[in-house]
Amino acid sequence: MKKLLLFIFVLCSVSAAQSLKIPYTRYVLSNGLNVILHQDHSTPTVSVNTWYHVGSGHEKVGRTGFAHLFEHLMFEGSKNVAEGDFDKLLEAAGGENNGSTTQDRTNYYEDVPSNALELALYLDSDRMGYLIEAMTQEKLDGQRSVVKNERRQSYENRPYGLAYETILKHMFPQGHPYSWPVIGSMADLTAASHEDVVEFFRTYYVPNNASLVISGDIDLNETINLVEKWFGEIPAGKPVPPQNPAAVKLSEEKIVMLEDKVQLPRLYIAWITPPNFTPGDAEMDVLANILSGGKNSRLYKKLVYELQIAQDVYAYQSSGKLVSQFQVVATARSGHNLTELKNVIEQELNKIKTEAPTQRELQRVVNQYEASFLARLERPGGFSGKADLLNSYYYFTGNPDYANEDLARYKALAPEDIQFAAQKYLPNNGRVILSIVPKGKTDLAIQPKTEVK
Amino acid sequence: MKPLIKITFVFVFILLTAAQTIAQAVDRTKPPVLPAPKSLQLPAIQKFTLSNGLQVVVMEKHQVPLVQLNLVIKAGSVNDPADKIGLANLAVDMIDEGAAEKTSLELADEIDFLGASIRTGAGAHSSFISLNSPLSKFDDALKIMSNIVLRPDFPKQELDRKKKDRLTSLLQMHDQPTAIAGAAFNKLLFGKEHPYGRMTDESTTKNFSVEDLKAFYKKYFVANNAYIVAAGDIKADELKKKLESVFGKWQKGTVKEEKVKEAVQVANRIVFLIDKPGAAQSVISIGRVGAQRLTPEYNALVVMNTILGGSFTSRLNNNLREVHGYTYGASSRFLFRPIPGSFTASSSVQTEVTDKALVEFFKELNAIRETIPADELNRGKNLVALSYPGNFQTAAEIAGQIDEMVQYNLPENYFGNYVQNILKVTNADVTSAANKYVVPEQMIVVVVGDKSKIEDGIKKLNLGEMKYLSIEEVLGSVPKFE
Repeated sequence: MKKLLLFIFVLCSVSAAQSLKIPYTRYVLSNGLNVILHQDHSTPTVSVNTWYHVGSGHEKVGRTGFAHLFEHLMFEGSKNVAEGDFDKLLEAAGGENNGSTTQDRTNYYEDVPSNALELALYLDSDRMGYLIEAMTQEKLDGQRSVVKNERRQSYENRPYGLAYETILKHMFPQGHPYSWPVIGSMADLTAASHEDVVEFFRTYYVPNNASLVISGDIDLNETINLVEKWFGEIPAGKPVPPQNPAAVKLSEEKIVMLEDKVQLPRLYIAWITPPNFTPGDAEMDVLANILSGGKNSRLYKKLVYELQIAQDVYAYQSSGKLVSQFQVVATARSGHNLTELKNVIEQELNKIKTEAPTQRELQRVVNQYEASFLARLERPGGFSGKADLLNSYYYFTGNPDYANEDLARYKALAPEDIQFAAQKYLPNNGRVILSIVPKGKTDLAIQPKTEVK
Repeated sequence: MKPLIKITFVFVFILLTAAQTIAQAVDRTKPPVLPAPKSLQLPAIQKFTLSNGLQVVVMEKHQVPLVQLNLVIKAGSVNDPADKIGLANLAVDMIDEGAAEKTSLELADEIDFLGASIRTGAGAHSSFISLNSPLSKFDDALKIMSNIVLRPDFPKQELDRKKKDRLTSLLQMHDQPTAIAGAAFNKLLFGKEHPYGRMTDESTTKNFSVEDLKAFYKKYFVANNAYIVAAGDIKADELKKKLESVFGKWQKGTVKEEKVKEAVQVANRIVFLIDKPGAAQSVISIGRVGAQRLTPEYNALVVMNTILGGSFTSRLNNNLREVHGYTYGASSRFLFRPIPGSFTASSSVQTEVTDKALVEFFKELNAIRETIPADELNRGKNLVALSYPGNFQTAAEIAGQIDEMVQYNLPENYFGNYVQNILKVTNADVTSAANKYVVPEQMIVVVVGDKSKIEDGIKKLNLGEMKYLSIEEVLGSVPKFE
């Protein structure tokens, strides 16, 4: 990503009772580009939001981190836009832009004053159609260096920063699209070549593998004409090769430990759970909130509020297109070890598996989801506004205006659904347990079981 | 939500056919010529006072059924007594931990159940209790918020719990290079006695009592030391009735204004090196005492900083990231406050290039004092001016803008005139502001990194006197727990 790497797990923030309509117009250009338009005249701004349906999960083994590195190259100029001009022209028009990469997709937005819509379309279409003509080894080397510093800043120089990639490595079989982190390894970043850039562009950065949302203060007819003008001439690419990963299932408990330059030990427990928008996904979102959303959530209340043996605890469902991951993460306070934390977490999980949560616990979470849906309608652009939401729903469900259906998933749940989901998706014999402990304090970690014959 | 019409596919396809014909000869060799930007038409700012004199400022925005309401107390960390640093922060953090016969857990459950959220926090000069609520639940949420503001209990057991939390956070700061650099920079720039430089420590935290919190509350939480800003899907006259019923009887008190002394400017350049063995990057913060919010040079400084380090194409980011690849990003900022806050230029750079990065930093800090090329100046001005409508999209953003207006007593036409005022900034204004406020010889340089790998390189630059600090000298020793 360009300025900020989105972790693939996004904590669903918390909550309203009206119908959540985002009225839109969708059509397809002859080159296969999906276009979705939404009008919002409340401020004179427009967001142009483009999703390419490719993420780190489409990378080849030996080229991890490439989708994200490629994202960086998308800002470095194209055939008709000199290096540096992409950002300069947008800033000179009062615009702001960014991009991000996850396992499943890469997104870009340009938020501009509404008079600058055509500029954003010009810039965005030029890099979709003509990036390669202007690609050089120098640009690749420059962004390789930036991305390596992004990895140093966000992973290596950050306490507990290597947790994520360690869990992925143990959770997924070697070669599985989700078995490496979006940022990639230093060695693979070093290996990325100019030929890789050309191949990736021709394979994945084609109009038929992208969707373009324009949201904000627009005139529909004028916008339709402008989109055709700038994007219509870009040739379609070949059909994109499908991802064919084998089904994954963790059928053992893997116990892993890392030593790090940290003061306190931290425990991670991770499971593979149902994909985004499939049965079980909403249940796991709600379960995560029942466990760690707010002071009255079960794990927070027990570990942090009552026993005060943990500094923090988070549970979340990180939903992906192929599969999702459910994680519980807790940091022990001084004088406490991770076995104590794990015992309490297991007690609380067993309680939910044995007895459904209360109706009020469930309703509290659903009410917060409802309000969070409203909050996403306040902003036309950025990473968290309506434009990105329309693209996200379109990519994952085929329906840009899926907010009502999405919210309905949560409203339809009964307490027993949460109990059954916990039973089904959080087995003790199919999970990864990672301990990160201060250097030399390995006794604070969860110890591997010794076989007793 | 308001009903809206969905356009059908058939209609769109007709339009598309028409569009195909004009798609032929698109000239990409130059960017399209743009029409003039539209002006931002904001809803009116509405002001009223409750019967006890409490001031309320509202901007209605009826689009999404959410309401943001911030109650601001005109006291913050600058009001901490010298032996109780951190008191404002802790007192405001504790305010929702039990109120009006409800426990901490009961309050949290009630507010969460409404799908609303209440946040609390203390800044340097002010503190806030803010509510964001669906319109349909606003009355219930406001009642809870008012109980928190007017009838807090400050239970001892909750204080004991918070102390453990804070001591642990203090401990964890020892792991975090950017937090260490930030704390060191403020302490070294403003001095450990100045309200902008001092920070709480282990023994102060352990010694806080319920009486301390109650004393802070009693002194500052009075109706004539507060104001309310609100935005979102609510009518001002309805809001006035609702607020009158919950805050109308809030008592006044006597609050005398406490002036904060301006910090002494840096005299000579000093480099402070803080060792973090094994660090993959060096965290660099360079700066000096900056400017106050109401300085006449404010707009010139905003434009100047946008060009120096406040945007993606800014000189610092372009040089250190795009040209040299030393970092993921470099930036600069002024912290504008009632008295001058800090000016900081900062970045995290790869350990091996720490000295080279420092050279580039100072190149840019010197160069910004020269006349800015016209196209660069225009880009900076346009970015600040034309992106301004983006600050008024969510109810929380609007409330934040109004808060600044109230805090600094800005004129009512401030929002409306902002764009033209920025566009009026001249090259001479920017150069003069840069020469006055960006003085590279009078800056401190803080570097947190692996001393064994970076010390020699930095020494050779001869930037100024070198001083060495340990993390413990910055943060205090690692807290002990019973």
